Amino acid sequence: MTVRSDVSLVRPRSKLQLMLGREANFGDLAFRRITALFAGSVIVLLLWMAWEMGLASRLSLAHFGLGFITSTDWDPVRDQYGGLPFVYGTVVSSLVALVIAVPISLGIAIYLSELAHPKLRGPMGFLVELLAAVPSVVYGLWGIFALAPWLRESVEPLLAKTLGFLPLFQGPQHGFGMLAGGIILAIMITPTVSSVSREVLRAVPAALREGAIGLGATRWEVVRVAVLPYAKSGLVGAIILGLGRALGETMAITMVIGNRSEIAASLFAPSYTMASVIANEFTEATGQLYLAALAEVGLLLFGVTVALNVFARLLVWRVGKMPEGGQL
Amino acid sequence: MNLGSATYVRRHLTDRVVRSLCVLGTIVALVPLFSVLWYVLVRGIGGINLDFFTELPKPVGESGGGMGNAVLGTLKLVGLAGLFGIPPGVLAGIYLAEFGHSKFARAVRFAADVMSGVPSITVGLFVYSLVVVTTKHFSALAGGFALAILMLPMVTRTTEELLKLVPESLREAALGLGVPKWRATLRIMLRTALPGIAVGIMLSVARVAGETAPLLFTAFNNRFWSTGVNEPTASLSVNIYTNAVSPYEDWHRQAWAAALVLLMTVLVLNVSARFLVRTRVRAR
Amino acid sequence: MFFARRALLVLAAGAAFACNKPAPAEDKSGAGATAAPVPSQAAPIMLNGAGATFPNPLYSKWNAEYAKAFPNVKINYQSIGSGGGIRQIIAGTVDFGASDAPMKEDESKQAPGKLLHIPTTIGAVVISYSVPEVTQALKLSPEVLADIYLGKIKKWNDPKIAADNQGAKLPAKDISVAYRTDGSGTTNIFTDYLSAVSPEWKDKVGAGKSVKWPVGLGAKGNEGVTAAFKTTPYTIGYIERAYATQNKLPMVELKNKSGKFIAPTTAAMSAAADGVEMPPELYVSLVNSAGETAYPITGYTYLLVYADAKDNAKGEAIAKYLWWALHDGQQYSEALDYAPLPAKVVTQVEARLKELTAGGKKLL
Repeated sequence: MTVRSDVSLVRPRSKLQLMLGREANFGDLAFRRITALFAGSVIVLLLWMAWEMGLASRLSLAHFGLGFITSTDWDPVRDQYGGLPFVYGTVVSSLVALVIAVPISLGIAIYLSELAHPKLRGPMGFLVELLAAVPSVVYGLWGIFALAPWLRESVEPLLAKTLGFLPLFQGPQHGFGMLAGGIILAIMITPTVSSVSREVLRAVPAALREGAIGLGATRWEVVRVAVLPYAKSGLVGAIILGLGRALGETMAITMVIGNRSEIAASLFAPSYTMASVIANEFTEATGQLYLAALAEVGLLLFGVTVALNVFARLLVWRVGKMPEGGQL
Repeated sequence: MNLGSATYVRRHLTDRVVRSLCVLGTIVALVPLFSVLWYVLVRGIGGINLDFFTELPKPVGESGGGMGNAVLGTLKLVGLAGLFGIPPGVLAGIYLAEFGHSKFARAVRFAADVMSGVPSITVGLFVYSLVVVTTKHFSALAGGFALAILMLPMVTRTTEELLKLVPESLREAALGLGVPKWRATLRIMLRTALPGIAVGIMLSVARVAGETAPLLFTAFNNRFWSTGVNEPTASLSVNIYTNAVSPYEDWHRQAWAAALVLLMTVLVLNVSARFLVRTRVRAR
Repeated sequence: MFFARRALLVLAAGAAFACNKPAPAEDKSGAGATAAPVPSQAAPIMLNGAGATFPNPLYSKWNAEYAKAFPNVKINYQSIGSGGGIRQIIAGTVDFGASDAPMKEDESKQAPGKLLHIPTTIGAVVISYSVPEVTQALKLSPEVLADIYLGKIKKWNDPKIAADNQGAKLPAKDISVAYRTDGSGTTNIFTDYLSAVSPEWKDKVGAGKSVKWPVGLGAKGNEGVTAAFKTTPYTIGYIERAYATQNKLPMVELKNKSGKFIAPTTAAMSAAADGVEMPPELYVSLVNSAGETAYPITGYTYLLVYADAKDNAKGEAIAKYLWWALHDGQQYSEALDYAPLPAKVVTQVEARLKELTAGGKKLL
C-alpha cells in the first residue's frame, strides 16, 4: 500500500471534526475565522473604494477612453482632460523621495538600533517619530518659506554648476519644482520608513547578533550578515509603506511643486501630481465631465499604486529568497 | 589574528565608514525636523494661553478667542479613528502573520499596501458618499471612519511584520505546555511584539491627527462646541488649514498655535501609549 | 487582559472628558415660528452653510454679530470652496451654500428644488507685484496685462509697460508670472476680465475657476501667491483685495473701460456695481463695467438658498438672517475690504426675500 501524504490515515469521526478542519479546538477555529474576517475587510474596503471611483469616473472614461492616459492637455474651460503629466509627476516625485529617504532611513534605523549609545536611543527615536506628527499643511508652509528659497539660492545653482551636463539639472531655477517636491516627500516618509525599520531591526533575536560577534565580525558586518537578511522582508514592508505615503501625499507637495501640468526632464522644473490636482480642483469643480475627469485621475492613481507595488514585489522576489524571520 | 593584515584593515575601515554614514544620515534627517519644529515653536508659542483651550474662535478684528472646540474635536476624531481602525488592523495583521501563506493572505497584503497609497482626499470622498450623503449631515462619526481607513493599512502591515519576527521558540514553548494555539498567539507572540506594534500605531495616529482633506467632507468643521458624535466637528488640522490660508496675521498666529498644540497632543498620546505597553518583556 | 484593562481606563477617561463639555444645548429641529421679524426665543437652531472662501472673513464677522443679537440661532459657515458649496446645497447636507460664480444651467437642474442666488457683497481682485525699483503704484492697461499673462510681454522694462508709467524706473528683468492652481472664484473673475478685454485670451484660454495658463508658476491659494511675492522678486500676480491690504502689498492701477487708471478702493468697487444693471435672476458679472470711476475687476458673491424650504423653522431662520445681512450686515463690509451692495440692488433682493416660502407659506 502506498502512503499518500495528502490523505489522512484517520477517518473523520464526526461532523464536528470535519468542521474544525485543521484546527484542534473551537477556540482556534473561531480565532482563525474572526481574524480572516477582518483581513478580508481590507480587501473589501479597497475594492469598494475602487468601485466607487470607477462609478464616479464613468462619464470621463466613456468620453476619453484610453486617450486620457496619453493626453497631456488639461483644460477645464474647454472640458479637455488628459492625465499623463500627473502620472509623470507622481511617479517621479515618489521615486526622488525614495532615493533620498530610503538610505537615510535605513541609516537612522541601523544607527538607532545598533550603533547609538543606549541612553540616546529613546530620545532620538522619539524625535524622528515626531517628524510624522507634523501636519502636512505645516510642512507645506515650511516648504514655501524655508525650503524653496534655500533651494533657489544655494542648492540648485550648485547642482547646475557641478552636474549641469545632465538634463536633470538644467533649466530655470525657481526653488519650487520637482526637486522641492521630492525633498519634502522624503522628509515626510522618513519617520515611517525609519521607525518601522528600527522596530524590525530591534526584533531580530540577540542570538543571531551574538553569534556573529563571536565569530569576530565588525559592527557593520554583524548588521550586514546577521541582522539584515533576517529582517529583509520587514524592511521591504517598511519601504513599501513609505512609498504608499509618498504616492498619496497631497497638501505639502501641492504647495511646493509648482503645479504646472507639463512633462519636463529637469528636476528644477515645476510639475503636478495626481493627488495635488484632485485636491486643488475638486472643491471648486462644477460640471459633470470635470468631476468625472478628476475621479478618473483618482482611479489612475490607484492603477499607478498597484503597478508600483507589483514592480516592488517582483524586484524583491528577483533579489532572492532569504531565510525568513521567525526561523530560530 | 594578524592585526596588521590588509583584510582586517579593510574590514574595519568599511565598518568605520558605514557607521559614519549612518550617523550622518541621522543628522541629515534631524536638520529639517529641527527647522520645522523651530518654525512652529517660534510662531506658535505666542498664541498659546488658557483661552486657546477654552474659548471659541472670534471673527477677524477681535482679539482673543481660541480653539477649544477644535482641541476637543481632534481628540474625539482621533479616538473614534482608533476605535474603528486599530482592532480590525491588529486582527488583520495577526491573520496575515499566522495564516499568511494562502492566496487570500497574499491578496490581503497587497490590498493593504495599495490602500496606503490612496490619497486622503479620495478616502474622504468615499466616506462622504457612503455616510454623509445617506445621513444627510456631517458628523464626527464619518470623520473618524475616514481616518480609520487611513490608519488601517499601516496598523495591519506593522502588526504582521513585527509578529512574524517573534521567534517561533516562544510559541513552541507555549504549545508544548498545552496552551491552545490562539491563546499562544495572543498572549505570548502578540505581547512580545506589542512595543513595536505600538510604534506603528502611534505613527498612524500621528499622521491622521494632522490630516485635513478627508475631514473637509466628513466632519466638516464647527465654529461652536459640538456635542456627541453626530454633528459637524471642529478639528485642529482643518482649522490650521483655514486659518493659514487667510489674509490675517491674527488668524495665522492661531494657526501656528494650533500646529504647536497638535504636536503636543500627539506627543502626549505617544507617551501614554508607551505607558500602556510597558509590558514584562524587556525591550531592547 | 492586562493591556486591555489599561486601555479601557485611558479610553474611559477620554470619554468622560469629552462628554463633560459645557456645550450650549442645541437642537436641530426647531419648533413653532412667529410672525414678527425676530426669531422665536424658544428653540435654538443651528444652520450649516458651506461654500466660497472669498467672502469668508465677512461671513464669519456676520455670524459672530448675528449670534450676539440673536443668541439662539447659531450659524456655522465653512469655506470649502464654491464648487463644494454648490454640491452640498444640492445634496442637502447644508442649509445654505455660497458661491462667487453663479451656478451653471446643468447644476441648477440637479437641485431637488429651485435654488435662488442672493447677492451679499462685492469684492475685488487686485494685481500686485514685487518689484523693488518701482516705488509708486504701477499703472497697467488691460491689453498689457493680458499680454503679460499670455507670455508675450516678458520683461518689466517692456516699452508697452513704460508707456503707461512715465518716470518709473523699470528694471530689465524677466517677469515672473504667478497664477492660482486651485480652482477659485478669484481666478474666475480675473479670467472673466481678461476674456472681456483680450480677444486673444478669450480664444486661447477662456474664463473659469481653473484654466490652462499659458505661462507662469502655479501657487496654491491667495496665500501661495502672496508668499510668491514675499519670496520671489519680479513677480506679478492676482489676489483678493484683503490679502493685498493686510500684507501691505502694492496694488496696480488698472485702466478701466472709460480710459481712467483706477485704484481698487471701496468707492471704485461700488462704482463698478452702479454701472451694471442687476437682472431679475439676481446674478451678473461686474468686470470691465462702464463708469468713470469703476474698478474693472470686481464681482458679486452670492448665497444659495432654496426658494421653498423644507423645514419651517430653519427656512424662517435663514430668511431672517438674510434680511439682517442685507441691511445690518452691510455696515461691516468696508472694514474688511469689501463694498456694500448698492441701494437699487438691496431693493431688488428685498423683493426676492419676501418671496421665500417654507412648505408654501411665506416667511417674511
